[in-house]
This record gives sequence, C-alpha cells and structure tokens, in this order.
Amino acid sequence: MVTGAKTSVNTTAKKPVMTDLKGQTLLTLRSLNEENPASLETYIKLGGYAQLKRIVTEKVKATDIITQIKTSNLRGRGGAGFPTGLKWSFMPRYYDGTKYLVCNTDEGEPGTFKDRDIIRYNPHQLIEGMAIAAYTLGARVGYNYIHGEIWQDYDIFEAALHEAKAAGYLGENLFGSNFSFDLYAVHGYGAYICGEETALIESIEGKKGQPRFKPPFPASYGVFGKPTNVNNTESYTSIPWILQHGGQAFADLGVPNSGGTKLFSISGHVEKPGNYEVKMGMPFADLLALAGGIWKGRQLKAVIPGGPSTAVMTAEMVQNATMDYDGLSKAGSSLGAGSMIVMDDTTCMVKTLKRLSYFFYEESCGQCTPCREGTGWVYRVISRIVDGKGKMEDLDLLTDVSNNISGRTICALGDAAATPVLSFIKHFRPEFEYYITHGKSMVDGR
Amino acid sequence: MLSKESIEKIDYELTKYPADKRQAAVMSALRIVQTERGWLSKESMTEVAEYLRIPEIAVMEVATFYNMYDLEPVGKYKISICTNISCMLRDSDAIVTHLQNKLGVGFNEVTPDGKFCLKEGECMGACGGAPLLIVNNHTMHEFLTVDKVDAILEELK
Repeated sequence: MVTGAKTSVNTTAKKPVMTDLKGQTLLTLRSLNEENPASLETYIKLGGYAQLKRIVTEKVKATDIITQIKTSNLRGRGGAGFPTGLKWSFMPRYYDGTKYLVCNTDEGEPGTFKDRDIIRYNPHQLIEGMAIAAYTLGARVGYNYIHGEIWQDYDIFEAALHEAKAAGYLGENLFGSNFSFDLYAVHGYGAYICGEETALIESIEGKKGQPRFKPPFPASYGVFGKPTNVNNTESYTSIPWILQHGGQAFADLGVPNSGGTKLFSISGHVEKPGNYEVKMGMPFADLLALAGGIWKGRQLKAVIPGGPSTAVMTAEMVQNATMDYDGLSKAGSSLGAGSMIVMDDTTCMVKTLKRLSYFFYEESCGQCTPCREGTGWVYRVISRIVDGKGKMEDLDLLTDVSNNISGRTICALGDAAATPVLSFIKHFRPEFEYYITHGKSMVDGR
Repeated sequence: MLSKESIEKIDYELTKYPADKRQAAVMSALRIVQTERGWLSKESMTEVAEYLRIPEIAVMEVATFYNMYDLEPVGKYKISICTNISCMLRDSDAIVTHLQNKLGVGFNEVTPDGKFCLKEGECMGACGGAPLLIVNNHTMHEFLTVDKVDAILEELK
C-alpha cells in the first residue's frame, strides 16, 4: 500500500435519513436497498463489475458500446444535457500518447447534491462506469474531481478506489488482458467555477480554476493538453446498467428524448428533502409528493427546477409539467442537473434573488469583464432595493446588465448568473415593484 | 520545514500524476499543510513551492483563488456555515444568529481564546441536509437546530 493512502476509512456510509425509497426507480443508487450499500461485497452481489469483465475478456468492440450508449438516449447529467454517446464519439480513436478520463463530482450550484450520494452510497458503480468508458475510449488514466466541502465522502470514494484496485478491477492488465486503467480521486477546495469542465481541468493541473476558450474542446486538448473525456458522475454511473440491460431498455425507462432515470435533488420547503431517483418524465406533482409535499401545510409558490442556472417557475407553470428535458423546456425552464429548489408562499423572492446574486458575484472567477463587473453590479442594485433605496428604473437596469453578461463570457456561468435575475423579475415583477415602492417586502412585511 | 507526515502525504498525492507534472499536486499539498498547521502562512506557501519545485506565485495564485484555504489564523475550530438559498429557505439565518451570539464573534472573526472562527460558506453541495455547517473543512453537520449547534460546540473542547 502506498504511504499516506487512506486505508482506515471503511465504506459503511449510513443510509439517507430522510428519503423514502418507495416510489423510486433505483438505478444509479441501486445499492440503497442493501444493508451496507457502499461496500465492494454489496456491489458484487448486485452483479457489479460483471459488465466490465465481459467487455474486456470478450473484447467487445468500442463502436458497439458507443452504439448502445447512443441508443440509450443518455444525456449528460451535469446540467447541459449533451448526448453522452455522441460526446464519446468525439474522442480520437487513434492517438499515440496518454488519453484521460475525467469525472465531474464538483457540485457547487445551490440545490445540487446528487453526485454526493453516488460516491458515498454506490461508489463502485461509478468506478465500473468509468472503467468501461476508459476501455471504450482508450483512456489510460482517470480522475474523479470531487467537491472539497464533502470531505468525508471523498474519503469513502478513495477507500473504494483502493478496494477496487486490490480486487483487480483497476490497475494493470485487467482480467489478464492488455487493458490497463488507473483511476484517482482529486479534489476542489471551494470554487463553484470548477464545475465548468475546462476550469475543472485547469484545477486538476494545479492552477486557478479559470475556464478555457472552446474550441479546442477537451476531446482534443484536455488534461495536460491530452485528449480527455469529461462526464458527470451520474452519467458514468448509468453506464454499467445500460450495458447489462441494453441501450433500448434504458431509453424505455424514460420518455422520448430523455432516456433512463434521473436523480432529483430536492431541497427547500418540502417535508422530506433529499435525493429521489425516478423515471424521466415523472409528473412534477408526483415527485413533489415523494418528497412529502410542501412543508408545514403551506402552499407552493415557486420552483427552481434544475439549479439557479435554470429559470425559476411559478407554481402555475410547474404544476402540470413533467420532469424531463422536453417537459420542463415546454413549461418554460429546463431540467439542468435536476436540482429542484422548492419555495413556499412565505418566501420573499426579492430577498431570495439577493442571496443568489451574491453567490454569483462571490463565485465569478474574474476572467471575463461582463461577468466579473456585471455580477457585482447586479448584487449592489438588488441590495439597494432590499435596503429600501430602490428606484423603479432599477428593474430595467438589472435586466439590461444581465442581458449584457449572458452570451458574452468564455463559459456558460455568465448565462447562469443572468438567468435567475431575468426569470425572477419576469415572473415575480409585482413583488419587486412593491418592494421598491414601499421599501419593504410584500411577503413578510420586513 | 514540512513535516515527515506532510511529505509522505504529498508524495502519495504525487503518485496520481505524471512525474513531470508536480504542480498538479498543489491543491492537495496546500490542504495537507493547512490541515497540519491550521492555516497557510507565506512561509508555508514557500515551502510547498520548494517541495513541488514550482514558482511561489503559482502556489499563491491557487491559495488565494479557492475559498477553503485560510491565509490568516482561524483558531482551533473553523466553523463554516452555509447561508446559500437552500439553507436560507430552512432558516440558516437563525443558526448564524445563534452562533454569533453564543461565540460573541461575527463572520471572519476569531474568539479571544483562539478557539473558534466563524465563516460564511458558499454552497457545500449537501443541500438535502440544510441547514448545515462544516468544522475545519472536514466534518459536516446537517439538519441543524439551535440545540444541535449547542451540542456540537460542547463537543469541540
């Protein structure tokens, strides 16, 4: 064992305290029904690592695997929703040097906490998914970049890596073949921007997390300048199931254009916050019911369905929506990472937007002027309104500044910062006008 | 001088990268040194730079960019509490007020006995357990109530 490696941590994370498994379709969290979900023993019992062994020993062709992934309709679970099979086909087939595989477990967008449950309750399925991807794409080395704030879960994942290596699922010449794959855990340390894939790559290289210009995309110029495939944790974790049951079976779980299951992180004003894995296309009302409904018998006021980079929705907009890519798009927002923040009728939207705008101001990496200056400007104007010194033209000013951030930055985080401002003002304008006119909140009177 | 324990741990992190990419280990090297010494002084950063054989400015750029590195002393226990939206919706403000009253410090201040420092954190990616806090960048406490906070403080002797 390497000196300094964490070997004392056992992989016996306790099961979630609040969520109820009834009504869920457990796929990426399939170990949750078991006594000791994170252990290698449990995962093997569930048929774990059988798909990796099969493709390696039977020398299954990479193109056949990519075809299955394309058929599955799996789309990137980190928020952008890009088809995973298509992304995999961008990696160069023939390349003389080392190709890399990267997993993005850097959840820092408010309301997003699904990947944390994968690494602490079902780490081996992620490891198998990454090993399958490495075999398919010819990657020799992989990194899982984990959010620095969830340190105890980082330890669980790193212990699982050592377990997998000792059991012969990672390392040199797997199953006696010439396929070798080394996978490591690395970490962030408090920078939201590193969830952006090129910022994350910079961070792996030991630099400030400032996004790179694209193109070139990571598939041609990624970690250490080498071809790199980056996917989200939940995406990789879906892969073993897809190979076991076939791409079509995964697609059939969901609805057209949105294959499989989705982990929804539900936080805010519900009775039972937590992660819920359900089939794509579940009606919003059913998902809300799984989370115990609105807390304290109050009424639903608003929902941010996929993290603050997706537009806020009123109760009316969301109540008949289905939870999938097209369903939420039709209803006026988007699925994002499935980070559903629920707000009840006691929520002041002006103060909520102030907190969100502070977050984007604080977390802007400072590289692009529109985002660096614009997020601060937005925060100061909203603070002025909350301090009772707002002017009616501030609402147009906020819209104007936000429109001048959106689409004018290197990375998508500029758009992410603009979306809450634009959507909050659009859907809750009277509340903002009241605040400006009366110098206090329409909701809580303070 | 970096301790033997720190060097062992940094060497382990270096095994994750190609031999000519020692800079890649700077994130973990800074974490390891900070965990041992409580915070990152200028001298600590210089030692990390020398050990990784990279310019001091490259270390400082990283140390100043990421929020969880502390460039000033933070006392024995650094308490980072999230006040972002999911925590705010579940009344993290009440937890903050309680902590500030009980410890007699505001954000970024250390108690006179050098024991506690309070920090306002950004989203920690665990919003299902809101409101929540982290002690010394390591131990997370979720589903906080005023009573639970008292119990946590009681344990931190």
